[in-house]
Amino acid sequence: MKKLAKSPWMLHYDASSCNGCDIEVLACTTPKYDIERFGIINTGDPFQADILLITGGVNAQCESVVRQLYEQMPNPKVVVAVGICACTGGVFKDCYNIKGGIDTVIPVDVYVPGCAARPQAIIDGVVKALEILEEKRRNYKEEKKEER
Amino acid sequence: MAKRSIVPFGPQHPVLPEPVHLDLVLEDEVVVDAVPSIGFVHRGLEKLVETKDFKEYVYIAERVCGICSFGHGLGYCQTIEHIMNVEVPPRGRYLRTIWMEMSRVHSHLLWLGLLADAMGFESLFMESWKLREKILDMFDATTGGRVIFSVNCIGGVLKDMDDTMLKNIVDTCNEMERELKPIADAFLRDYTTGSRLHGLGVLTPKDATLMGAVGPMLRASGVAYDARKLGYAAYDELDVEPITATDGDSYARCEVRIKEIGQSFSLIRQAVAQIPAGPIAVPVKGMPNGEYFTRIEQPRGEAIYYVKANGTKFIDRFRLRTPTTSNIPPMLNMLKGCQLADVPLLILTIDPCISCTER
Repeated sequence: MKKLAKSPWMLHYDASSCNGCDIEVLACTTPKYDIERFGIINTGDPFQADILLITGGVNAQCESVVRQLYEQMPNPKVVVAVGICACTGGVFKDCYNIKGGIDTVIPVDVYVPGCAARPQAIIDGVVKALEILEEKRRNYKEEKKEER
Repeated sequence: MAKRSIVPFGPQHPVLPEPVHLDLVLEDEVVVDAVPSIGFVHRGLEKLVETKDFKEYVYIAERVCGICSFGHGLGYCQTIEHIMNVEVPPRGRYLRTIWMEMSRVHSHLLWLGLLADAMGFESLFMESWKLREKILDMFDATTGGRVIFSVNCIGGVLKDMDDTMLKNIVDTCNEMERELKPIADAFLRDYTTGSRLHGLGVLTPKDATLMGAVGPMLRASGVAYDARKLGYAAYDELDVEPITATDGDSYARCEVRIKEIGQSFSLIRQAVAQIPAGPIAVPVKGMPNGEYFTRIEQPRGEAIYYVKANGTKFIDRFRLRTPTTSNIPPMLNMLKGCQLADVPLLILTIDPCISCTER
């Protein structure tokens, strides 16, 4: 991974998951795994976030919340689907209320499988997302230049 | 009368990792009413029991919630075992007890961290979660999973622990007990944390009983009730005394939970000292037919499991009443009259687990 131009801030949202991945996402920010060494801060505000870490299989009620959070985040942004439910629906796939996977609602950049996803896997996913974010940022700047 | 305004709280909120939505009716800064709306984590897991094999469903039951995962598996297995008249071997019962108490330690430390975070005490949050990693390492070593273990099965448990492992668990517990001391002092003796917690959200013993509070909420109000006294798993052979406090405020809830971590360490030590040799599970043949209720003490309080089976491999009805469901009415009552700034902290003191509640 090359040097980062900016400190990316992350937003975490639980879209109908079982909590397992959510506490692992939080565990990533604590001393043992320490995702903050990449300059990442766990923010609660979508307007200031660059990375959306999202867990769970999305049910009918939280679908609009997920969409709203994604739209509120400024461009460029990346989405990391944490856990197998966020990737495909996992064990909850057959439930009547579950959409099955975050990518049925918003575009996803990185998939982190696992039930629950281990902190090491989540960190790996976030680091991959950082590379994508850098690339998106470059493209975004060029687009803006062309517009001028 | 001051002008009333409604402030929406959640579902995405910086303090709570889980989505819960409340409409707070305010008069100036004071909450006069709170209207909850739920369903953001509803997955319909009780319905899923009709299409899954009853042995397979153990894995689904464990995924009702990632924090109380072991307890849900235990409750479901116990209910089926009662229906099928399966006697779990003593070693299996003791292993279940050890894992259950380890779950309690991890859940309470998680809660302590979130409480510190809600107060804005970031370093205390980090310290609590750093300590919690030790118990997660023990889970990893004994079951292979950090938060979801899948070691319960109908008729016993799937994995055994050897003597070195059991000794290792006791050593870890002793070490953690020493390291918990300064963290507990920061919660219970520090002036700043005390000023946030003392006198906040008082629940009288009468109110707690009438509104059906369970677990540490009930015990913090001075009612000595603990479902572990029922003597499931190996609790009948261990020394369990409900831990109570008298004040019924947020400080008392914090105190009860911290003391329960110590109690869990003691129970783990007792269980390791008494654990008998022998098989860990018995083979289960046939299909369940009949119905049964089981009660167990989860870290958040008493949980009730109901199963109605019909003699085929698919179960008719599975019902789960989780501790947070019973703790929500007292919480709504406590919210009335508190300051808006105290709302996140007060919600957190019931240790809400929304995934359990909505399933």
